[in-house]
Amino acid sequence: MLEMVYVGEKRLVGEVIGINDQATTIQVYEETTGLKPGEPVYKTDAPISATLGPGILSNIFDGIERPLRSLYSLSGAFIDRGANIPALDEERTYEVTLQVSPGDELKGGDIYATCPETRVILHKCMLHPSLSGKVTYTAPNGSYKINDVIAKIQTPSGAEAELTLCQKWPIRTPRPVIERKPISLPLITGQRVIDTLFPIAKGGAAAIPGGFGTGKTMTQHQLAKWCDADIIVYVGCGERGNEMTQVLDEFSELIDPKTGNKMTDRTVLIANTSNMPVAAREASIYTGITLAEYYRDMGYHVAIMADSTSRWAEALREISGRLEEMPAEEGFPAYLPSRLSQFYERAGYMVNLNRTEGSVSIIGAVSPQGADFSEPVTQNTKRFVRTFWALDKSLAYARHYPAINWTDSYSEYIDDLADYYNHEVSRDFLECRQRINNLLNEEASLMEIVKLIGADVLPDDQKLVIETAKAIRLGFLQQNAFHKDDTFVPLEKQLKMMQVILYLNDRCLDIIKTGTALSEVVDLGLFDLLAGMKYEIPNDHPEAFDRLYTSIDEKLAGFHSARHPY
Amino acid sequence: MVQFVGLKEINGPLVVLDNVQGASYDEMAELLLEDGSKRLGRIVEIQGERIIIQVFEGTNGLSLNNTRTSLKGKPMELPCSKEILGRIFNGAGSPIDGLGDVFAEEYRDINGKPLNPVAREYPRNYIRTGVSSIDGLMTLIRGQKLPIFSGSGMSHNKLAVQLVCNSKLSDDRNSDEKFAIVFAAMGVNNDVADYFKRSFEESGVLENVAMFLNLSNDPIIERILAPRCALTAAEYLAYEHNMNILVIMTDITSYAEALREFSSSKGEIPGRKGYPGYLYSDLASMYERAGIVKGGKGSVTQIPILTMPNDDITHPVPDLTGYITEGQIVLDRTLDHTGVYPPVSVLPSLSRLMKDGIGEGYTRKDHSAVANQLFASYARVQDARALGSVIGEEELSASDKAYLAFGKMFERYFVTQGATEARTIEQTLDLGWDLLSLLPRSELSRMDAELVNQYFDPARGERFRGEA
Repeated sequence: MLEMVYVGEKRLVGEVIGINDQATTIQVYEETTGLKPGEPVYKTDAPISATLGPGILSNIFDGIERPLRSLYSLSGAFIDRGANIPALDEERTYEVTLQVSPGDELKGGDIYATCPETRVILHKCMLHPSLSGKVTYTAPNGSYKINDVIAKIQTPSGAEAELTLCQKWPIRTPRPVIERKPISLPLITGQRVIDTLFPIAKGGAAAIPGGFGTGKTMTQHQLAKWCDADIIVYVGCGERGNEMTQVLDEFSELIDPKTGNKMTDRTVLIANTSNMPVAAREASIYTGITLAEYYRDMGYHVAIMADSTSRWAEALREISGRLEEMPAEEGFPAYLPSRLSQFYERAGYMVNLNRTEGSVSIIGAVSPQGADFSEPVTQNTKRFVRTFWALDKSLAYARHYPAINWTDSYSEYIDDLADYYNHEVSRDFLECRQRINNLLNEEASLMEIVKLIGADVLPDDQKLVIETAKAIRLGFLQQNAFHKDDTFVPLEKQLKMMQVILYLNDRCLDIIKTGTALSEVVDLGLFDLLAGMKYEIPNDHPEAFDRLYTSIDEKLAGFHSARHPY
Repeated sequence: MVQFVGLKEINGPLVVLDNVQGASYDEMAELLLEDGSKRLGRIVEIQGERIIIQVFEGTNGLSLNNTRTSLKGKPMELPCSKEILGRIFNGAGSPIDGLGDVFAEEYRDINGKPLNPVAREYPRNYIRTGVSSIDGLMTLIRGQKLPIFSGSGMSHNKLAVQLVCNSKLSDDRNSDEKFAIVFAAMGVNNDVADYFKRSFEESGVLENVAMFLNLSNDPIIERILAPRCALTAAEYLAYEHNMNILVIMTDITSYAEALREFSSSKGEIPGRKGYPGYLYSDLASMYERAGIVKGGKGSVTQIPILTMPNDDITHPVPDLTGYITEGQIVLDRTLDHTGVYPPVSVLPSLSRLMKDGIGEGYTRKDHSAVANQLFASYARVQDARALGSVIGEEELSASDKAYLAFGKMFERYFVTQGATEARTIEQTLDLGWDLLSLLPRSELSRMDAELVNQYFDPARGERFRGEA
């Protein structure tokens, strides 16, 4: 079962997915046009596996880890079938430093060599988790190709195993770890609505559901570019070809703010566009998460973006339909929830076999049919992720981006992360967050009334809620991905932005309590001032906020206030 | 060549043969009838020595023992040459204009092959359609797939003709880039097909168009082939002759229904609304053939047109299409009823690739700012209208009233235009500024002050003000 095979004279890649006493069912990962009965099937005696070693980063693979750049030079612009080329470049050399010497005892997961894979990432060669033993030979430090033998060990059974720079791992099996650690660090994305209102943790899982045109892919791109993970795995699963090209172009031009090098130095792309074979689309998610786990084992924080898990679920449905399995809800197979949970449960903050710590965070886009969140993929995904960013069509129509709806979204990580926010950012952070949240919710219920009878009839304190919430929406939640300062905003600035909005709110509240009409205050244009602060205050000049406070105080100085400004 | 005499079973468009050896999947087959006529078919399933062939022209008149079948040994191919421009073909790619066969320079597999994402060039230049709402707000980019979501009875056919007749690569007359159109009609009725043919002839663009026509009473199998033949022709012209090809395909809903009919006759398990579970992959295999190959000058741009059954945008066909294509142009029945042509519903429409193909160097530097501001302002119009319908327009605030006036003029002058009128990008953007000048300056929150200073002028809106 699940053995990888080659089918036919062209040696198309396939996988055994069903066996009975007479027949074996094979799922072929390429177009089967021209295949005839009676053609041979070649066994490989191994499950479908990913090759793990240096050379993964800055590469782009298809769903079964075939390097697309090499395919391009081999077979031209259009992908030919049966092209079997090694996943990693076998000719490239790496400067290897051995970390063990003869006589050392090694167990599975231990690091025996390191080499710089790209300018920013040090690759660590780890013993295959199933192996252990005593080192009998080590090669001198120097340049090696990925298949060169750089060390040998004697296993407890007495056999000798040769160690190269790479190893294979079956993509459907999670890589083993010692233990799972509790969640404590946020994955900082620089996107205000995410970091402040609905954060995701390192080692957490999040889902972004949204109908077409709501900005799922745009949000994924922003997260891939700016989140503070060490390694990004971007899986384009059944999505548009032009989009993958865009990711490719943008990432190779983008300078990574953390390292000053190219973004591609710490990124791997997996592209299985919608017109590539559907079975490979199903495998692409597993290939991606296996690569992510491999780098986690080295002690890195990895974020994997899967765009979109719905296409993957549809691939499952398509294959299941062809196998004539009994369908469950909406034609999806009954095992959809268990497959989804198997995938999302591979996220986590782990203590690895070699005692390093690393994390895999999963951010999965969901494309619900007809933007209806009650469909099976969204509903089942909701059960397995703890952060849910619901994208809203009406926000997207009004060009409010990121179109994350603040009433439907949630994050269960906020309590786990409270310590981090309190100690690393500020004691005020969570309180401000809560107040912002309350104001938005209050506005949502007030808007119900406004829709019916207009805003004029509301009392001034409720009008103030609406004004402040508008400032929050325009000035804080809306974020411009194309603006150089606004595309990424550090937590400190996020906090300062919240504080100044709340400060203005409090000042106005005090003023209207004395009987002054709110409209007089609003006419001063202070709320518009707040809407512009995201552009006008550079990320590295937080002191500019003082000027904002000063101008608020100056403009409001003429009003009587119920209490003194603080 | 081996001939197989007789058939085992006939079921709708499918025939079953037994004891066939050496058949391969997707291979072409030729069926010879008693009267000497020939029909083409394709192997869609092989079970041991039993093969199922789908017959393109239908199985009328076939009986179990009057037919001889021979296998061609290769998948379906389209004869390609530059001469296909100006010609009319049926869905299976055979000429139906009486001008004889195409002298082929090359035969191409109509299924195409997936384009390697590494080999794609990211689309960055635009096509000028001459329609303000499209050019201004959802610009069509070369290599993009931008569908039109319409409904039965709306003017999508008129719009399709307008796009075919007026589309250009740019407003620059001296450009030496080559541009041509491939038009695929799937399941359209005779009148509509005739309307297309006549309109193309009258406006003199016919020699620049290759038409693939599948009428609603033609065999459904040819309906499944028609877009593939059209795209194969487009790819050939784009990648072998460096032409920029615009492919217009109408109506995708008929295509999907043909696919459903075919799928159920094969006895497959249906998915949503009876459509086969692989509808997404199948549609993607057509739509994804839009693009630009690195190093070449040609491009394939697609405008698929579909009618939303019951105007329901969540129906599987528009829904799945929207997930694959790079945006959508949505037509709206209320606008259509109020005499707005083309009835483009601006808010749900979107072009995803627009942001990189407009602005300085392509259209004009203020393009994206104008588009964003028009979108945002028009979204405000909807709020003002909703409120106005509850509390009465008289009660609205001054700014809401300004928005109402803006909305009315926007629909009347920006969205609406004549069926043969082609506006340049300059005209479209200037019109956008004229309309924005109806609003108070402080409402233009989405733009740089510099742009507003350059273009904003309340006097520009004067000619509308009296009317509103």
